[in-house]
Amino acid sequence: MAKIKSLNDLRNMQSDLQAKINLRERADHPESMVQIKVGMATSGIASGAKEVFNYLSEELQKRNIDAIVTQTGDMGYCFAEPTIEVTLPGQEPIVFGYVNIAKAKEIIDKYIMNGELVEGIIPKNYKTID
Amino acid sequence: MASYKYHILVCGGTGCHSSQSNVIAERLNEIIADKHLENDVKVVASGCFGFCEKGPIVKIMPDNTFYVGVKPEDADIIIAEHIIKGRKVEKLLYVDPDTKKHISDSKHMGFYQKQMRIALRNCGFIDPENIEESIARGAYEGLGKVLSDMTPAECINVVKQSGLRGRGGAGFPTGLKWELCAKNSADQKYVVCNADEGDPGAFMDRSIMEGDPHSIVEAMAICGYSIGATKGLVYIRAEYPLAIKRLQIAISQAREYGLLGKDILGSGFDFDIELRYGAGAFVCGEETALIHSMEGKRGEPTFKPPFPAVSGYLAKPTNVNNVETFANVPIIITKGAEWFASIGSEKSKGTKVFALAGQINNVGLIEVPMGTTLRDIIFEIGGGIKNGREFKAVQTGGPSGGCLTKKHLDTPIDYDSLVAAGSMMGSGGMVVMDETSCMVAIAKFYLEFTCEESCGKCSPCRIGNKRMYEILDKITKGKGKMEDLEELRNLASVIKDTALCGLGQTSPNPVLSTLDNFWDEYVEHVVDHKCRAGVCKSLMRYEIDPIKCIGCGACSRVCPQDAISGEKKMAHSIDTAKCIKCGACYEKCKFGAISIK
Ligand SMILES: Cc1cc2nc3c(=O)[nH]c(=O)nc-3n(C[C@H](O)[C@H](O)[C@H](O)COP(=O)(O)O)c2cc1C
Repeated sequence: MAKIKSLNDLRNMQSDLQAKINLRERADHPESMVQIKVGMATSGIASGAKEVFNYLSEELQKRNIDAIVTQTGDMGYCFAEPTIEVTLPGQEPIVFGYVNIAKAKEIIDKYIMNGELVEGIIPKNYKTID
Repeated sequence: MASYKYHILVCGGTGCHSSQSNVIAERLNEIIADKHLENDVKVVASGCFGFCEKGPIVKIMPDNTFYVGVKPEDADIIIAEHIIKGRKVEKLLYVDPDTKKHISDSKHMGFYQKQMRIALRNCGFIDPENIEESIARGAYEGLGKVLSDMTPAECINVVKQSGLRGRGGAGFPTGLKWELCAKNSADQKYVVCNADEGDPGAFMDRSIMEGDPHSIVEAMAICGYSIGATKGLVYIRAEYPLAIKRLQIAISQAREYGLLGKDILGSGFDFDIELRYGAGAFVCGEETALIHSMEGKRGEPTFKPPFPAVSGYLAKPTNVNNVETFANVPIIITKGAEWFASIGSEKSKGTKVFALAGQINNVGLIEVPMGTTLRDIIFEIGGGIKNGREFKAVQTGGPSGGCLTKKHLDTPIDYDSLVAAGSMMGSGGMVVMDETSCMVAIAKFYLEFTCEESCGKCSPCRIGNKRMYEILDKITKGKGKMEDLEELRNLASVIKDTALCGLGQTSPNPVLSTLDNFWDEYVEHVVDHKCRAGVCKSLMRYEIDPIKCIGCGACSRVCPQDAISGEKKMAHSIDTAKCIKCGACYEKCKFGAISIK
């Protein structure tokens, strides 16, 4: 390890290292960022929810969007699996059904980045423990 | 770099560690390797989360899911359910004692709602053995700022303006202490961190060192720059092996990164830290005794003045601060004096960490803004008294403090209010008692501790405390007289006025505060030979009610003294002369026929 030579070096290092704990920092104030829950009922897993979860968390990290992507249990929309719930900061949660990777990309491109609604919204009427 | 989807934080504090949290972490890592999840999930051994009552604690981020009472075998279900299927493991969630509902996010738990973490800001958040996580979280930013943008006087001024007062007991203003030491010129000065933490039951400082050692290293360097010292010493008791290990790691990492050593951050300032080990004597927490102990002399206090700021370690100007005091410094520098001064009460700024113990539901480590009431701490954060019993007293300040009662519950916790109420802040031990505690026995317990820990150098402390102890012992055995209570007060005032150091000067406090607040209980012991809590065994008598007793003989079979006799199916009786009051018969009787008188 080369020694840190100045306050500037330290600050650069700090921002480089940020990624190491970002996941935790975000969890401290979820309200201020994009929150996505991916429904992981048995039917959801069978229909590709895991892949969607992996895609969303990796893609959002890649694009440097402050987001918390978590999995949740059965959201109660077996007919429309995989389902995801997206909450933009300061807005009501919105649930999208039949989300595959292409749809997930569309949700990021349009809804998350630009606030444009995309097709596939279903009314929210489930509960999770929290 | 792997793009982790989950961080699993496993508490690596001493408490959880002794309930096998390290095995939990190992097991999690095994399963993760087994299922090829290394790129998705990272296990972090963190510092203390504070909720020790329910340990070991495992926290899953970013969901903020808080699992309690986790065992190594639960690692499988956490991975299989939570990580793979995204389902919370309900049986490991905390159950709210009032609503009986599962709570998964720690922010919604009563224990955390009224807390505010400044000194503990990184405990339970970072891996304390990894300097990079600390740096990512902002460690050494304060040191950098001080070295590049501030003069020593400016730095001292920020600490002064923040209103920070010493967390080691007496509450002396920290900035002022630094200023006094800065004024004395010498070829060498020292910064000493007091990590002796001798109060029975206290573990605030240990948890900070275990959970966030870099905050101490950074603060000591900031102090060194401010007062003109290049050497730092941490005096830590050898009973704290984990804290020692984490500090050693932190110091060597800081050296490696150039944050300790020569020419730190290119500023020309040199500073380094060494550890010194104490053998765990309470008096060695007193700063002059501590300094003597570090010099290899007997751990005995000397008269002040001269204060350490004038003549301390090796007769050089020395600044001694407590661990928690130091832990507040870096964030005061980065966030500013106004920010810190906006928290707390008028004369006590910031927060205070307490080790909550005794007959309370949520035993653990808490941090609250100064000015929070005892009621909020005991009933909101602490979850009230165990087993639905009645609150009786709370002891703050350890052997130097006092016992407060119901009428003090709305006292805001700060240095001055506690002293006004007859106790003191001390270092942050807080022991809650219910009706099963005898206040005379409590006073005796603390005096026994003082007698054992008194170094013996001055006679008021050595002899006076012993005499007080003997009187208390007499009272608990039913042999006290009313004059004895008077004598206790006389002795107490002489000891307070004449003892050499803080140990003796404060040792009568537990006795005085119980005399003031629980006078009736003393009188009962003396006049009625009665201990209402049933603690003083000499004053207790077990009796069998001949009407309720059916003569089953269960009691006589468990009696280790053969003190119970009686015909089969006839009422039994206890021979009080033989009875040792062990309570075995009382526990055994199914008919409620045995009572304590
Ligand atoms: C008997 C006795 C024991 C003490 N034990 C400790 C201790 O364990 N830790 C501590 O920080 N201060 C302890 N102190 C207080 C120290 O003497 C000193 O005031 C303190 O370390 C100064 O740091 P602060 O200004 O940051 O509180 C003790 C004092 C006395 C009289």
